[in-house]
Amino acid sequence: MISFSYLEPADIDEALAALARYGEEAKVLAGGTGLVNLLKQRLVQPTYLIGLRRLAGLKKLSYDGTLRIGALCTQRTLETSALVQDHVPLLAETCRQVATVRIRTMATLGGALAHADPNQDPPPALIVLDARVRVRSPQQEREVSVDAFFTGYYETILAPDELITEVIIPPLPAGSGTAFVKFLPQTHDDYATVAVATRITLDGDRIAEARVALGAAAATPLRATAVEDALRSQVPTPTVLREAAALVADAVDPTADFRGSVAYKRDMAVVFVQRALAQATARAQAGGGTA
Amino acid sequence: MRTLQLRVNGEPVAREIPDNRLLVDFLRYDLGLTGTKEGCSVGVCGACTVLLDGQPVSSCIALAVMADGCEVTTIEGLAEDDRLHPLQRAFIEYGGFQCGICTPGQIMAAKALLDVNPHPSKEEIQGWMMGNLCRCTGYYKIIESIQAAAEGKGVS
Repeated sequence: MISFSYLEPADIDEALAALARYGEEAKVLAGGTGLVNLLKQRLVQPTYLIGLRRLAGLKKLSYDGTLRIGALCTQRTLETSALVQDHVPLLAETCRQVATVRIRTMATLGGALAHADPNQDPPPALIVLDARVRVRSPQQEREVSVDAFFTGYYETILAPDELITEVIIPPLPAGSGTAFVKFLPQTHDDYATVAVATRITLDGDRIAEARVALGAAAATPLRATAVEDALRSQVPTPTVLREAAALVADAVDPTADFRGSVAYKRDMAVVFVQRALAQATARAQAGGGTA
Repeated sequence: MRTLQLRVNGEPVAREIPDNRLLVDFLRYDLGLTGTKEGCSVGVCGACTVLLDGQPVSSCIALAVMADGCEVTTIEGLAEDDRLHPLQRAFIEYGGFQCGICTPGQIMAAKALLDVNPHPSKEEIQGWMMGNLCRCTGYYKIIESIQAAAEGKGVS
């Protein structure tokens, strides 16, 4: 293990001051499930580690039509919270499928964003929910859509002095159904060969709006706008869903590994987008939600 | 260096440690609690499972500083007055292990499950224990042991 100095700010102002002072020399520690492995492998070698666990203000979860999730809420909290299950079931459904209960107990939602590993499950779900990330530096506070948050492999729009404070999920439009499906040919706690989050919002018998986002399909979580565009104003017949799903083949840019070749992952992206669309459509037709 | 103050298996502990100490190394090397095993070292295999404030965590990817002020429970903390915990007795009675290296992690994960769900179904046990790997026996005996402990069967 590399050497570093561990700082543990008592509140967000102290944390932001430490980030402003040490910037590029520092890494922020939330649950540690991503970062500690990178430290052990010397893939990151910060001089300072800024531990956030005393920032109680970032552990809040509230709902008033909009769901506000403190950046330090764990994925286990989101999986088990009645508030999340009732109002944003897609997020609970997604977090339940993350790795193992040990990882979900430690890993935070803010961490899943900042870490920016494209194999993670929560980001595609947040994208189809039109979620926004609230980010603070000592000078300013800003909100960025999760869709625009990721810029490259393990890279985000975060400046060295910025901290994620909150994830905001607006109310879903009426007539919406959502689904998250994950293809796991190896083990249940593995990263996906491909993961798909979708939302179908119906207006009568036609699709008013669709969202499709994938994990493990490119250098960043990937929004498949070509599929979304093809679905708009259509009646969601199996043929329409199949033909729209086929368009994802040109959008994905997967990496070959033991979970599949590039060609296989491309094919599976099509299959699993189609399945996710069918599930979300059925749920929208049944009255929405994920149930 | 810093002084870590926490409770381990109910006892207060204060120890000076380097900032980069892993929780598994703190337990094994600083405190001599070698019941906790290190397997994969990347948070996947579950051998190093301990409870941090009652929640199961991988101590191989947790920094010791993350346990400052917390309660840590390891396999050494389960027996009371030399009387084994019902899960320990069930693993013996129902043959829930072979070589034994994954067993402390299996039992700590199972304890975390029974603490939140005292009467889990077989499917709930399988789902919860999915991340605790055993390379000897397969999993039937482990699941049987946990079911037996939950039902209080043959472990009195």
